[in-house]
Amino acid sequence: MTAALEASALSKSFGQRRAVDGIDLALGAGECLALFGPNGAGKTTLLRLFAGLLRPTGGHAYVQGVSLRDEPRTRERVGLISHQSMLYTALTARENLEFAARLYGLPDAGAAAMRALEAMRIADRAGMPVRALSRGLQQRVSIARAIVHDPAVVLLDEPYTGLDEVGARALTTQLRTLRARGAALVLVTHNVAEGLALATHAAIMTDGRFARFEQRDVFDATQYLADYRELVNVGA
Amino acid sequence: MSAPSTLAAAWLVARKDLAIEFRTRTAFMSAAVFAVLGIVIFYFAWDSTAVSAIDLAPGVLWVIFTFSGLLGLQRSFAVEQVDRAMDGLLISPVDREAIYLGKAIANFLFVGGIQVLAIPAVALFYNLPFERSLLVLFGIALLAALGLVAVGTLFSAMAVNTRMAELLLPMLSLPFFVPVVMAAAESTARLLAGRPIAEAWPWLRILLAFDLVFIVACTLAFPFTLEE
Amino acid sequence: MTASPAGEGSTPRPVFDWLIWLALAAVAGAYIRAIFFTPPEALQGYAQKIYYIHVSAALNAYLAFGVVFVASIVHLWLGDVRADRLAEASAEVGLLFTTVVLTTGPMWARPIWGTWWTWDARLTATLFLWFLYASYLVLRGAIDDPHMRARYSAVTGIMGAILIPFIHLSVYLFRTLHPMPILLKPSAPSMPGDMVETFLIAWVAFTLLCIALLRARYRYGELKERAAMLEAGR
Repeated sequence: MTAALEASALSKSFGQRRAVDGIDLALGAGECLALFGPNGAGKTTLLRLFAGLLRPTGGHAYVQGVSLRDEPRTRERVGLISHQSMLYTALTARENLEFAARLYGLPDAGAAAMRALEAMRIADRAGMPVRALSRGLQQRVSIARAIVHDPAVVLLDEPYTGLDEVGARALTTQLRTLRARGAALVLVTHNVAEGLALATHAAIMTDGRFARFEQRDVFDATQYLADYRELVNVGA
Repeated sequence: MSAPSTLAAAWLVARKDLAIEFRTRTAFMSAAVFAVLGIVIFYFAWDSTAVSAIDLAPGVLWVIFTFSGLLGLQRSFAVEQVDRAMDGLLISPVDREAIYLGKAIANFLFVGGIQVLAIPAVALFYNLPFERSLLVLFGIALLAALGLVAVGTLFSAMAVNTRMAELLLPMLSLPFFVPVVMAAAESTARLLAGRPIAEAWPWLRILLAFDLVFIVACTLAFPFTLEE
Repeated sequence: MTASPAGEGSTPRPVFDWLIWLALAAVAGAYIRAIFFTPPEALQGYAQKIYYIHVSAALNAYLAFGVVFVASIVHLWLGDVRADRLAEASAEVGLLFTTVVLTTGPMWARPIWGTWWTWDARLTATLFLWFLYASYLVLRGAIDDPHMRARYSAVTGIMGAILIPFIHLSVYLFRTLHPMPILLKPSAPSMPGDMVETFLIAWVAFTLLCIALLRARYRYGELKERAAMLEAGR
């Protein structure tokens, strides 16, 4: 069976600087990688490579066995939640979602938009312009935007930041649902406990490489946190 | 689920931009007011005994057109910049070219909207005999707007990512607008003087060639302005 | 990356740029010949002497902008940083030569046409050329990220080259006062043999100067990038 998300010798250099330096990875359907690392370790660059926002300088990223580099349209099977909301603040939540759904060519954009908004429990504000929503609510709309097309790979960059309890619970439920449907997740976070709660795999990234990569069930969470702190401090 | 075709995607992007513009109305209103204000100010700087209205009007019209067009272009990629909405377009399966074309279509409608206001305003304030040539004039306006928007959209996409975006967009675009403004003003002048269309033809040919060349060149160049 | 012979730790020595000196000597030589050993033109008198510098500079400005165009295409195509550095150097040198054209022109025009400036087609076109590459360089200065700067500059460099014919076409549709090219016209050049020879010498000298400046500016760009890299702490 082909992996949902795969990377082989994936690299990205900016001039002399190697932001991502030969990453190998395979995530099956329903698996979730928690990715930790200090600032500037290359986590965000890695996510942007997986999303098709950056073109690798070496190696390949595959989504369901198709290379993003050879078939750029494969990026339609990926969803990205980043630091920025990627929303148009002048438009309503619903308009934003419908626009996104149309970009992905969904047959019934209106219904798909409302489904995603309901999943993030923000459907009651669907008609409000995004700029009138609080930061946390905007984050929920942004998450809804990332999953409106039911992606096979979901990339999350600090998705819990700014979410209130309702939002966080909605997100966790959504991530579980997505995994049950066979999506692979990559979750970047600084909060080790939060990341490990969902993960099937965990990795620590420093200087563009995986300093550690293992299955979630082979280690103890408290020990991992201690190791991570040490690694990050030594690296810094 | 299949990604929309390039043209369908371009139209999606354009419609989204127009929806934002319709919702906020700030850019269009300020550009329209700017255009009419400019026309009025030119009137007071005008010595009507020395220069006849027919000689002055084409220049006024096309200078105003250029500067109010820049106001619209300025805003075009600024809306994508806030909250990195541009990334949302780039991770979707639509082509890079479709994003450019969509932006250009929206800008074209914006600039065209200003034209629809500015041309009658010039005719009114300068008492011009436009009735018989109005259709041809709108034809010239269409050609000029196409060229202006093709180049302006590309530079707008670049300028927004630089320091001093507000200054760079006019600096980069104005040399490119020179042939457009010259051709448009010259053919308008021929038209107003009641000369046969054939006399304006060499200018219209330049305008046509400019549109064709730069629409193709800018569409091809746009993907290179994106980080990859 | 580019091969740089000076490894880390080598002490920088002041470089003797022989090519610049050679080029300057050639330019001086060409001018000595133009002033003292070439007869003055019958109608224009000594003012015509400016022709040698004016036209040579103009030809080299176009050469430099041509290099910007080609280097820009190469950069977008291969992503080579050297092509970008060459484009930057060439745009600056081209702008310098355009400035020479724009200053020597009025100096000649004042005695001959009786005015410093007219909106003559060639003059206007050269002025727009100057604006075009001046904004190209402003753009370069307004971007911090070197990769983005290289890409944006390449796109602008290509668009600028495409624009030049349009500027020429449109300014030529205006009536032109400018003396028409007399050397490069299809029929035999209508300049006395002496002057042609002097002009050719001046032209070669200026081309040499153009190449020398380009080389120096290119090296400067290289050093600047190395300095920036060292400063970035590595």
